[in-house]
Amino acid sequence: MNERKYMNPYLAGVLLGILLLLTIYITGRGLGASGGVKSFVAGAVKVIVPSHYDNTKFYQQLEAESPGGPFKAWLGLEILGVLIGAFISGAISNRLALKLEKGPRVTNKMRLIAAAIGGFLFGLGALIGRGCTSGAALSGMAVMSLGGILTMFAIFGSAYAVAFFVRKLWIK
Amino acid sequence: MGPLVPEVFSNEFNLIIAFVVGICFGFILEQAGFSSTRKLVGLFYGYDFTVLKVFFTAGVTAMLGVILFSHLGWLDLSLIYINPTFLYSAIIGGLIMGLGFIIGGFCPGTSFCALAIGKIDALAFVIGSAVGVLAFMEGYPLLEGLYKAENWGSITFPQILNISPVLFALTMTLMAIGAFYFTTKIKKKVNKDKTELSKKQIRGIIGFAIVPFIILFYVGITPSWKESIYTQICNEEILQKCNFQKISTDKLAYELVNNYYKINLIDVRTPEEYKEFHLPLAINIPLDSMLNREWSGLFNQDLKKNIFYADTICNANRACIIAKNIGDSDNYILVDGPYTFHNLIFIPTNPGGNSSKEELMTYKFRLQAGNDILELQKKLKNIGSTEKKQVRKVKGGCG
Repeated sequence: MNERKYMNPYLAGVLLGILLLLTIYITGRGLGASGGVKSFVAGAVKVIVPSHYDNTKFYQQLEAESPGGPFKAWLGLEILGVLIGAFISGAISNRLALKLEKGPRVTNKMRLIAAAIGGFLFGLGALIGRGCTSGAALSGMAVMSLGGILTMFAIFGSAYAVAFFVRKLWIK
Repeated sequence: MGPLVPEVFSNEFNLIIAFVVGICFGFILEQAGFSSTRKLVGLFYGYDFTVLKVFFTAGVTAMLGVILFSHLGWLDLSLIYINPTFLYSAIIGGLIMGLGFIIGGFCPGTSFCALAIGKIDALAFVIGSAVGVLAFMEGYPLLEGLYKAENWGSITFPQILNISPVLFALTMTLMAIGAFYFTTKIKKKVNKDKTELSKKQIRGIIGFAIVPFIILFYVGITPSWKESIYTQICNEEILQKCNFQKISTDKLAYELVNNYYKINLIDVRTPEEYKEFHLPLAINIPLDSMLNREWSGLFNQDLKKNIFYADTICNANRACIIAKNIGDSDNYILVDGPYTFHNLIFIPTNPGGNSSKEELMTYKFRLQAGNDILELQKKLKNIGSTEKKQVRKVKGGCG
């Protein structure tokens, strides 16, 4: 069976916008992703090295904000939902497959290293910027937050500025 | 009025909502193609602008929705999470994320989608981002200065530009449509695509693009929920039609002594006036904050009587209109006003020997009631039952 075509981007955008709006209407907060990573990483630190967790300032601040760990944190559960939702979507559209997607001139090893480095930078940047493309840029735009919109321009601006220099990763 | 958490839905149920929202979020992202890394970075090389289209359409849709909901009085913007602005960290964090985006080919949300459908590079990205998050948390003492610098608070873009949110939203909408138009041209050039749009497609696009302008036009020309209530308040004719049930000084004194737990005594004067003088057991809800979310429960219940008092009858009628716009509650007005109440109950004048039996009875009642009320006030102060309800602002955010 062939993969189904992707949804019309404007339709997907409207649906995503309505989901975000309803989320704000119901819960008073927007969507997020990196915050989910944060709860799980902090949760893991708590389990693996509890003494370190108890003695480090940032973890204690987190603990005060959401005492129940990742499974009791809003974004922690939302991220679990994202995994399931995306899996369902992939299953419906015949896109479930173990695969590695990369530019035409890139080896598998290079792609994995680049992805890990990119992930590292994104995770670090998202914590510095108090949110990622979802939590700061998109949700921030919905509520017209100055910081959120600045972060959005900074993300796209810096990606454009660097795109030329890393073009070998993506195009011929 | 929204947000519905924590007033309508509990915080525990909110976690179930989070899970369901996540499922929808993941589903939409995957359907849009955000699980494909080459599709994601396409926008930076001009061969695929899906990300830009989905992202800006979603942002504008949600923004217009928030403006519309607030206009209609469905959503209290003062209670939702507005991402706080820390100038340096917002920009520097964004610049680092941009690097991560173009090198790694994902952002956190999309990497989860890609991982869910089996992309191995997404797994590398997710692990990398977990390490990045860990690096921040462990290096927090070093980064704290940057993280907390230039805290501008929960400020919005239109606030800083000093323009109306409608004008700002209009600008963003025009920017988005402009970006869609030019990127479509660029994409055609890069992909050497020469197909032209059919008339039907063009009509569809115009029909779609016109919706945001209709919404903004509507919000721009009609008075908001709050404005329309305040207009009613200023209209003499409507003012006179709205009347509370009336309660007399002696009746209120009786209610306070015997049924204090069944009534809310509400002072709608300014906080300054309240501070200077108010009746025992009264809470202060100034006229201009009656519409605040924290009081909506009070004006929307049938367990307790609300007894208002104001400095003028006119202000009492205003309170009546506002209360009626919020909900159904059993509302009364102290017709004599607070000062008369105070004089009659707490400093009653002895009618003297020649007065009728009835006058003497009233005098006795007032004397006793005055004492009882003060006594009651003392007792209640100790258990703090007149404490005002606190509304918690919703916490949120991604980082």
